Amino acid sequence: MSPMKLNLKELSRQEDLLAPGHRLCPGCIEPVAVRQVLQVAGPNTVVATATGCLEVSTTAYPYTSWRVPWVHSLFENAAATISGVEAAYKTFLRTGRWKEDQPINFVVFGGDGGTYDIGLQALSGAIERGHRFLYVCLNNEAYMNTGIQRSSASPLGTWTTTTPVGTRMTGKPQPRKDLTRIVAAHGVPYAAQASPHLWKDFMRKVEKALGTDGPTFINVLAPCPRGWRTPDDLGIQLGRVATETCVWPIYEVDQGVWKLNHRPREKRPVVEWLKVQGRFLHLLRPENRHLLELCQAEVDRSWTSLQAACGASGGAQGTPEAPRAAEGA
Amino acid sequence: MAVAAVKARGSPRPAEGIAASLSGSLAVAEAMRQTNPDVVAAYPITPSTIMVEKFSEFVANGQVDTEFVAVESEHSAMSACIGAAAAGARAQTVTSSQGLAYMWEALYVASGTRLPIVLHCANRTLSAPINIHCDHSDTMGARDSGWVQLYAENTQEAYDNALMAVRIAEHPEVMLPVLHSQDGYTITHSVERVELLPDDVARQFVGEYRPRYPLLDLKAPVTVGPIVSPTYYFEMKRQAVEAMERAAEVIHNIGQEFGRMSGRYYGLSEEYRLEDAEVALVLLGATVGTARVVVDQLRSQGMRAGLLKVRSFRPFPGDEVVQALAGKAAVAVLDRSLAYGAAGNPLFQDVCSALYVRGMHVPLVNYVYGIGGREAMPNDLLQVFKELYRAADSGQAGPAVRYLALRE
Ligand SMILES: Cc1ncc(C[n+]2csc(CCOP(=O)(O)OP(=O)(O)O)c2C)c(N)n1
Repeated sequence: MSPMKLNLKELSRQEDLLAPGHRLCPGCIEPVAVRQVLQVAGPNTVVATATGCLEVSTTAYPYTSWRVPWVHSLFENAAATISGVEAAYKTFLRTGRWKEDQPINFVVFGGDGGTYDIGLQALSGAIERGHRFLYVCLNNEAYMNTGIQRSSASPLGTWTTTTPVGTRMTGKPQPRKDLTRIVAAHGVPYAAQASPHLWKDFMRKVEKALGTDGPTFINVLAPCPRGWRTPDDLGIQLGRVATETCVWPIYEVDQGVWKLNHRPREKRPVVEWLKVQGRFLHLLRPENRHLLELCQAEVDRSWTSLQAACGASGGAQGTPEAPRAAEGA
Repeated sequence: MAVAAVKARGSPRPAEGIAASLSGSLAVAEAMRQTNPDVVAAYPITPSTIMVEKFSEFVANGQVDTEFVAVESEHSAMSACIGAAAAGARAQTVTSSQGLAYMWEALYVASGTRLPIVLHCANRTLSAPINIHCDHSDTMGARDSGWVQLYAENTQEAYDNALMAVRIAEHPEVMLPVLHSQDGYTITHSVERVELLPDDVARQFVGEYRPRYPLLDLKAPVTVGPIVSPTYYFEMKRQAVEAMERAAEVIHNIGQEFGRMSGRYYGLSEEYRLEDAEVALVLLGATVGTARVVVDQLRSQGMRAGLLKVRSFRPFPGDEVVQALAGKAAVAVLDRSLAYGAAGNPLFQDVCSALYVRGMHVPLVNYVYGIGGREAMPNDLLQVFKELYRAADSGQAGPAVRYLALRE
């Protein structure tokens, strides 16, 4: 399809397919990401959502915020559920029972818990089977719906209610799982990381993914004021800090070609990311210096390895400036 | 096996059946082929696997239009069926034992969302210890999940139920998922003579499914599976209970319609030489066949023995059961699953409650049999009848729960 025009004036005229009046917390970035996805996907879209904040806050019966067909069934089965929807669609197409001329977009939203952890099997299965769908992981780095418990997306040292800071433990002992790479290792035609503050980059990625015949995946950072212990108005700014510190690199794996879509002008120290969030403040105490160093080392390790991956497959010389210019344009 | 289409001649006359020698699994696979579901999502597990394998062949040979989703687990099998059924498709799955247990939370989603999914189950016990043989622990574990449950006595019924299940599930007064099961191995793997319906007759019988609120209707977007507060939840569940109650009449009517078409009539339960019987068994599944032989044997010796087969366990035909058992001197309810620490096992509990709430007392004992594949042999059932006579004569029922053919 021809690339859509991504200018704010045009976009502001579009009807929001996620209606206002939902019950997500003030400052939550999940609905920002969802609206960005739906602006690209448009009304010919069927959405499946895993149990989590987004689901409980947008569908309080008898109301719904969804202006597109939407289905939720369980926490860990969103990818399997969309497999069934897509399979039904295929049969309808094959047997001539599909009357619309436009093809349908199949989109899944799952939290990091529903994606990295309990839903990983269903996701892996659906990807391997090759269903056509875009899976968007709304990554707030913990189980927020149940009250801020650790997930395998929670970074090293994170305070959560199941990794509390006590006299023997200082937050989550393990670094996070690199899910985007795990998904890419399935050989999907398209996988990417994004952040809503780089909205053009994110929306282009959605467009690319939806134009791909097969399973696609976008892991999008979704700052959570409640869980991250941050002010309500900081979400978008946090995305920027995450990319500038290389805590959340913005890249894509397009048909096996790794490409960095955003290279910070100057890689900032991870402490700049940690110091603005209550969930990390214990890491700044002098006695936890070694942990702070570990956090930095972990970010450096994954950044280096990502750059190598991008270099190795020819994407290293991407155009760092162009996407950067897109930020907030 | 492809069944040549033979035209049903004239309406009231039963359609010409096509005789075949098939195992239960293959017969059900035939019913699935004739139903031609839009989506089948399934995962292999003994003893249900053959149904999946056979159906995959139909898909591979273009004999069905079905999209077969070879999922990575039974949890995903049921989840994909939920997605497909929500989309407006006719969706089916196949499983046994651990597979059904693994689906458990999704079973409730299927019924709670009122999706007419059909599940073909081959009964097998549950781990641990791991054992691949038959008992009804798997389906009894799902008895309160809001699914209609039918039990087949033999291969013919497994085939017939597989077709009727579709109609029952999709009936506008029901709109609940249906599980129909056949005893693992005893039915799934035993070759029996069956009469299949000609393809066109079977197709006409199952008809077309017209979903009311399909997810894939882009012009009328629906939200399926919202979060529901205490203000509405209870009423929704009550509606599902009412649908289950209405299913009784629907199962009966569809069983009669099927009878007019095939010559084989079905109700929710079936009496066998029961009317004038003094002592009787109540049971379900393949052991009914063995019990019939034993009843005949006793009858030939002048003893008034009979049996009541329960075909529809959910909804439970309480009135029929009570009517059938009224005035019996002693009755044994045979359960092929365990309800640990309960006052009796699943079928027994239902029979007891059905009698009690209608103010009826019949001397009742509960036998557990066939756990983990230990078959109940004719001699075992003769033993049960003997004990029933003893209880009837002495007026002493003895222990309420007993274990048949068990080393103790
Ligand atoms: C099988 C199962 N286990 C646990 C839960 C409880 N539960 C509901 S939502 C949730 C966490 C969701 O976290 P995440 O996927 O990260 O999404 P978020 O709410 O943070 O957006 C949990 C643990 C559940 N609904 N189902």
